[in-house]
Amino acid sequence: MRAARAVVGGLGELMVTAGVLMLLFLSWQLWWTDVVADRAQDRTTEALLQQWDADADADADANAGPVGAGQAGGGGEQVDENTQQSAQQDAAVLSALPGQALAVMRVPAFGAGWVRPVLAGTGTEVLQQGVGHYDGAALPGEVGNFAVAGHRTTYGAPFGPIADLVVGDAVVVETATEFHVYRVTGSQIVRPGDVEVIAPVPDRPGEQPTQAVLTLTSCHPMFSARERYVVHALLETSTPREAGPPAVLTAGGVG
Amino acid sequence: MYGALWRVLPGPLALRVLLALLLALAVVAVCFVWVFPTVAPYLPFNETTVEDTAP
Repeated sequence: MRAARAVVGGLGELMVTAGVLMLLFLSWQLWWTDVVADRAQDRTTEALLQQWDADADADADANAGPVGAGQAGGGGEQVDENTQQSAQQDAAVLSALPGQALAVMRVPAFGAGWVRPVLAGTGTEVLQQGVGHYDGAALPGEVGNFAVAGHRTTYGAPFGPIADLVVGDAVVVETATEFHVYRVTGSQIVRPGDVEVIAPVPDRPGEQPTQAVLTLTSCHPMFSARERYVVHALLETSTPREAGPPAVLTAGGVG
Repeated sequence: MYGALWRVLPGPLALRVLLALLLALAVVAVCFVWVFPTVAPYLPFNETTVEDTAP
């Protein structure tokens, strides 16, 4: 009798432990991964933008020639040292990423503060660090399909509000040299194996592309692997980065 | 098993409570840092890409 009681009691404790562990896992997946990923992705974005700014400045200095260099020589050493240090930090952040950072994406419809790095590749680790660029897909602004994937839940959930996008919404992709503004042309829900949505001409594999399009993919329904939510957009304008952000970003976040 | 654990913990009540809390925290930390990140990719919550090999 005593032994039986001990066995039943032990089983009960095991079950309670399992339950608590599952709750812990849920809170890790639904809350903690967001905290960590949001912080990491913000840091990546900042490092990338600063590096591009520094590169642009270096180019400008090189063009300005010896006159510009002579003027900077006086009291600028302290400043130079500081910028050099932060440049090293930025480089360290960027080189620690699982994939090369290609671009910075902004979607005014997701909120004015919504900004995410786009990294090369769509592996598990890459997608925990930002939006992933499908290997072999076109680059931003290029004719073809600039196809990217992002989490809709957990790990910062970059594409959390993807289903809110409607035709005409802007997706802005900033690279080292240009701003590209894409406009949403439509969305669809497909099976996980339907790779033709990321073909150079979406849904027409094998065709030669004549337009620059963008495709976002994410999971559907939320928290499920059953289907994929896909949004397509068409390139509207490409402007040089030094000309400043396009009007959709500066006009109060309304696309 | 928790009863046995409680009996193994040394010292007065306050110390035992503190030690038990520390142990629980350690378990949470190990789960968050190593166990959950290892397990998560095998669970079907987070698949966002279209691919040929998908089921």
